[in-house]
Amino acid sequence: MSLDGKIALVTGATRGIGRAIALSLGQQGATVIGTATSDNGAATISEFLQQAGVKGRGVVLNVTNNDDIETVVSGIESEFGAPEILVNNAGITRDNLLMRMKDEEWDDIINTNLTPIYKLSKRCLRAMTKARWGRIITITSVVGAMGNAGQTNYAAAKAGVIGFSKSLAREIGARGITVNTVAPGFIDTDMTSSLPEAHKTALLEQVPVKRLGKPEEIAAAVSFLASVEAAYVTGETLHVNGGMYMS
Amino acid sequence: MSDIEARVKEIVVEQLGVNADEVTADASFIDDLGADSLDTVELVMALEEAFECEIPDEEAEKITTVKEAVNYINANQA
Repeated sequence: MSLDGKIALVTGATRGIGRAIALSLGQQGATVIGTATSDNGAATISEFLQQAGVKGRGVVLNVTNNDDIETVVSGIESEFGAPEILVNNAGITRDNLLMRMKDEEWDDIINTNLTPIYKLSKRCLRAMTKARWGRIITITSVVGAMGNAGQTNYAAAKAGVIGFSKSLAREIGARGITVNTVAPGFIDTDMTSSLPEAHKTALLEQVPVKRLGKPEEIAAAVSFLASVEAAYVTGETLHVNGGMYMS
Repeated sequence: MSDIEARVKEIVVEQLGVNADEVTADASFIDDLGADSLDTVELVMALEEAFECEIPDEEAEKITTVKEAVNYINANQA
């Protein structure tokens, strides 16, 4: 499973799952560009990549800003080469019961978790079709498949990326480009650490493996889908959730 | 054959993976050369790159043969 010579762009790589993905792809030989929303975050990425002996660096990217996407991807193309592996990982939550949900909470989620998938995929696709090789992997969520009270916005966006990926997989399958999603269950990250303890205990009841997942376990699934060997897997959602949801 | 026509034919041969002798001026990319919709999008992108121009979508739709591509480039190249 060697990704030598490939350029990978991983959004939201400062911590948690994104960080584990960046490191994992790097360890397979890819040059990794990880994005963060702040200079500090970008510096953190550059630092952990360097410490792990991975080529590449952190860059600042606000995925909700069109101009930013163009500038950052163009910059990567001239500095490293066009990304042939795109991992859409950046995401946020704005949980609320629908009856209380504010328009901003809905819009924030769609603008951050769904729309950038379209924009970044489109921007990176040109070079991938030319190369006749590419991997687009988007991190969705078990919630996109199961639903979750308090997360109508998040679940809608996460289900949205699955439909998007299946459609795009059909469009560009003949070009050697695969489009897949990875659906984490409850993973031990900052995003889930904010959940109340009682809620966490109740959740674990639903997980046959009886523990939270590790970011590295998501990264392993992403690395598989990014590999040359996974060329015949496309339009698929790989569920990594300790058995809490079996599709 | 003009230089532009020769270059357009070269790009069509490369993009669609067809034989040069099939690529006549009037050959339709889709009906005669077996292009699908994605092929035609890629073809237009390749033309844009080769001739350093931007072909708007509504114009791109009208380019279905080598001749139409050559005409468009002749009319729009700086």
